[in-house]
Amino acid sequence: MAEPLLQTRGISKSFGALKASDDISLDLRAGEIHALIGPNGAGKSTLIKQIAGNMRPDSGTVHFLGQDVTALDTVARARLGLGRTFQISALAMEFTVLQNAVLGALGARGDVMRFFRPVMKDRALLERAHEALERVGLQDHAATRTAELSHGQRRQLEVAVALTLKPRAFLMDEPMAGLGAGGSKRLTGFLDGLRAEAPILLVEHDMDAVFALADRISVLVYGQVIATGTAAEIRANPDVRRAYLGEEDAA
Amino acid sequence: MTRETYINAGLTFVLVLVPFWAWSTGQAYILTLCTKVAILALAGVGLNIALGLGGLVSFGHAAFFGIGGYAMGILASHAQTFDPIMEWPILIEGTKSMPVIWLVAMVTSSLAALLIGALSLRTSGVYFIMITLAFGQMLYYFTIGWPAYGGEDGLSIYVRNSFPGLNTLVPVQFLVLAYVILGLALLFSARLARAPFGLALTAARQNADRVETVGIAPYRLRLVAFVISGAITGLAGALFADLNRFISPTMFSWHTSGEIMIFVILGGVGRLYGPVAGAALFILLEHLLGGVSEYWKIFLGALLLAVVLFARGGLIGTLAGREVAHG
Repeated sequence: MAEPLLQTRGISKSFGALKASDDISLDLRAGEIHALIGPNGAGKSTLIKQIAGNMRPDSGTVHFLGQDVTALDTVARARLGLGRTFQISALAMEFTVLQNAVLGALGARGDVMRFFRPVMKDRALLERAHEALERVGLQDHAATRTAELSHGQRRQLEVAVALTLKPRAFLMDEPMAGLGAGGSKRLTGFLDGLRAEAPILLVEHDMDAVFALADRISVLVYGQVIATGTAAEIRANPDVRRAYLGEEDAA
Repeated sequence: MTRETYINAGLTFVLVLVPFWAWSTGQAYILTLCTKVAILALAGVGLNIALGLGGLVSFGHAAFFGIGGYAMGILASHAQTFDPIMEWPILIEGTKSMPVIWLVAMVTSSLAALLIGALSLRTSGVYFIMITLAFGQMLYYFTIGWPAYGGEDGLSIYVRNSFPGLNTLVPVQFLVLAYVILGLALLFSARLARAPFGLALTAARQNADRVETVGIAPYRLRLVAFVISGAITGLAGALFADLNRFISPTMFSWHTSGEIMIFVILGGVGRLYGPVAGAALFILLEHLLGGVSEYWKIFLGALLLAVVLFARGGLIGTLAGREVAHG
């Protein structure tokens, strides 16, 4: 097996007595979708933050593209090629859809300290932005103000901005959250094709999507990974049934 | 052309027409008022880059305004007494040349902005406001206790500084100079807002996470914006000192920071012409209401309250409607 693109090695993070991450070792390999599931409060957000660089683990290391990135911040990890989408859309709401996408393209190109030439007339950036919008199906909304987009369209735009970065790996925090059945199905289809470009670490509550998409699933409960395996293995795992799926059934 | 462009053009027209009328009818006082509007607007254009584009609520821009003013005062006072500023290790003499003074004012105020920004931009929100305020006040009290340049009483410069080819003592010539500089600053500010830097800076104001996630560090953007902002406000300070031929610690006081902020808020935060409209309105009110009552700032306060409560976009925003995202 090839070296994984993204890997956490025994990372732990505590808040007082609460162990939010307890010796978590995960990896993301080329071409796969690795889903991370777990009940509320299991520590998914804390883990995501440590992988993205918002939070430093108390112990353990994060590796990306064979490099120890534990000491790097979000910006540096993004520059290395980690494309992240947020659970709650983090977009520039006053901008048009196109401007948000151009911002991504600009970040990818990295020459932000330019003070005179109009950015919205930069052919190369526009091309890249339009291409990303087209891929998620937002090309007709390029001139719309982001604040006027529907919830689902904002999720699509989040993904489009990540695409403009041409990342080496995606880190997606609940991309399906709040999408209707139709939107969820479309995005599932899209992510299915996207894994060939760059692998996806997917945190998701939508179980249908997770079981349909994921090559591997890891289950996080009380800060610990209690199981990692294929959809079938996870379904059959008695610990998982007790800790997680049982709860879902009961609810 | 958007509605805002027409409003800006209209405002420009009025601001050119008024001095033209004053000049042809020989009303030097009006010319001086217009010059003051242009200079204060310039200070606002500087602040608007930090506040409007970057969302950085600096309550310490008086620091840069004052540094610009004192750069002028120090250079010109040494020149008028023929007493060099320093003789060792290199000889530095005073000067009465505006271009040199402006350069010194911009360089010193941008260095100050770099230092103040590097420290204060590590905080945000109320802390940022307080730290910038503290820096401004620090310089205020420093100049009060600095007897070499007048201390609390300030310092008069007897003759206005010179600009090659112009007689700056003629009000209309100095006015044209101030207008041209304001025009250039507006042009620069408009380009900046539309440039890659402007896009990233305004995005960082709206959502810092978004900017970080595309691999751009908000801190660097904000620091550069703060330095540019400080340099422009510093230039305004040098011009303001030259307009009054007087400098005093008041230039550094928090009242000055507040007034510059009022120009921006009255006119419209983040709007290109916001500071121009704000400064013009401020001077107009000062002139009209100041004649009615010594306490005219009560009315100003009421107006500011109305703008903040009911007309967030300020004068320009209310007239032009919601900002049209530039394409």
